[in-house]
Amino acid sequence: MPERPLAPALRPFDAVGGWTIGVVESLGRFGVFFVEALAALATPPFKWRAFLDRINFIGYRSLLIIFLTGAFTGMVLGLQIYLTLVRFGSEAFLGPAVALSLIRELGPVLAALMVTGRAGSALTAELGIMRITEQIDALTVMALSPMRYLVAPSILAGLITFPLMTAIFDIVGIFGGYLVGVKLFGLSTGTYFGEMQTFVDMGDIMVGFWKSVSFGVIVTWVCTYKGFNVGHGAEGVARATTQAVVVSSVLILVWDYFLGSVLQ
Amino acid sequence: MIKVEGLTKSFGRQAVLRELNLEVASGTITIVIGRSGGGKSVFLKHLIGLLQPDAGRIMVGGVEISRLSGRALDEVRRTYGVVFQSGALFDSMSCWDNVAFPLREKVRTPPDELAKRVEAALAQVGLEGVGGKYPAEISGGMRKRVAIARALVTEPGIIFFDEPTTGLDPVLVNTIHHLILDLHRRFRFTAVVVSHEIPEIFEIADTVAMLHEGRIVEVGPPAVIQASTNPVVRRFIRGEPENGRAAE
Repeated sequence: MPERPLAPALRPFDAVGGWTIGVVESLGRFGVFFVEALAALATPPFKWRAFLDRINFIGYRSLLIIFLTGAFTGMVLGLQIYLTLVRFGSEAFLGPAVALSLIRELGPVLAALMVTGRAGSALTAELGIMRITEQIDALTVMALSPMRYLVAPSILAGLITFPLMTAIFDIVGIFGGYLVGVKLFGLSTGTYFGEMQTFVDMGDIMVGFWKSVSFGVIVTWVCTYKGFNVGHGAEGVARATTQAVVVSSVLILVWDYFLGSVLQ
Repeated sequence: MIKVEGLTKSFGRQAVLRELNLEVASGTITIVIGRSGGGKSVFLKHLIGLLQPDAGRIMVGGVEISRLSGRALDEVRRTYGVVFQSGALFDSMSCWDNVAFPLREKVRTPPDELAKRVEAALAQVGLEGVGGKYPAEISGGMRKRVAIARALVTEPGIIFFDEPTTGLDPVLVNTIHHLILDLHRRFRFTAVVVSHEIPEIFEIADTVAMLHEGRIVEVGPPAVIQASTNPVVRRFIRGEPENGRAAE
């Protein structure tokens, strides 16, 4: 039976309703995708080769950018915080200020953003190309689960590599601050590291740890989902890759705020 | 035997398949022909379980697959081989590993036997010695042949070919068609081929089915289709534009 045309006054409500249903459906698909990935992780066989490949892809190949950004973030922090603290005669607290900023906040967030830009975008593009060239369909019709081969290993690799990348970022950043504070401004090594041991405790480290673990899951979840549900052709892959990076980055910052509030 | 009854599928308001009926006898080559965009690939995706119909049913060897999902559907798919239009070879693997992949992952074949079967499959499609190359390093025709070797290596009962000759030159089109025919004679699998290569397909088909506007409008041996009086079939075989489409 043909649908009756809607009265003009009702059309905006129809549009809003249609948009809302679309958003709820997308969120539902996003959630089901994650549950399917968890189910693939929880049931044998586990694909070790794919997992090690993803560790290499997400973690090892991001090391250079983590070193570079970590070092310069630490140096900028060292410079700015020193110039502020010296006004109050409190430059002895440079070490803990740099360490706390990095460990609690900047390390997990910046490392996650860097890995998203380098590995997350590549992950989406790779899966997107596999989708449009029917490689994912080929796995499916071989009765082999693409979730088990492509998605689950990526999410587990994200969960493991993000905290490691964050730890490296933190350590390199602290040494970046050391270069500026100690080698440039003449603070003593003992003061820089000694005060750090006094003010940084295990709770601060755990805040950074839980943030990085959750960022690892968020980034790999979003990026694999976008790659899996790519549109048509090269334009579809390009759009999915952009969306994956933007959504991941926004979620990192939003989730950082909420987790920071809870884990004070 | 594959039996399709009343298969109906729409995307949004666009009806792609409309109560489509078709029977494919075991051990035969059935070729589904029809214009581009006429629903051939959508039909094939239903047969291999990538799409579920809105209505109708698909029986494969007495099992209704159109309502199956998960492991039950995977059990049926284990009897399938599929050659995709693009070949769908895994870029990150060599040709040898592409062919070995289903044996390694699907059948868990011991390494010695696996090597023998992969070499044999590559030899059957005339590609001895190219196993070490990656898909990006070989020609389009060779990629199609590697895809056929991958579909063949698990010795499936049914092989689906989705436009296996698209984008190839006439010599390669002929080569691929005769390869399918030769392999079919040797292994006696059931072949369902989606194609629009007229008249080459008449040389290899046991049955030809013409799909038009979501329905099978004519089905029969090649000679019957070639002598058809149905204007849609006649126009398609002769490559004549439809009324109102000549200016496109």
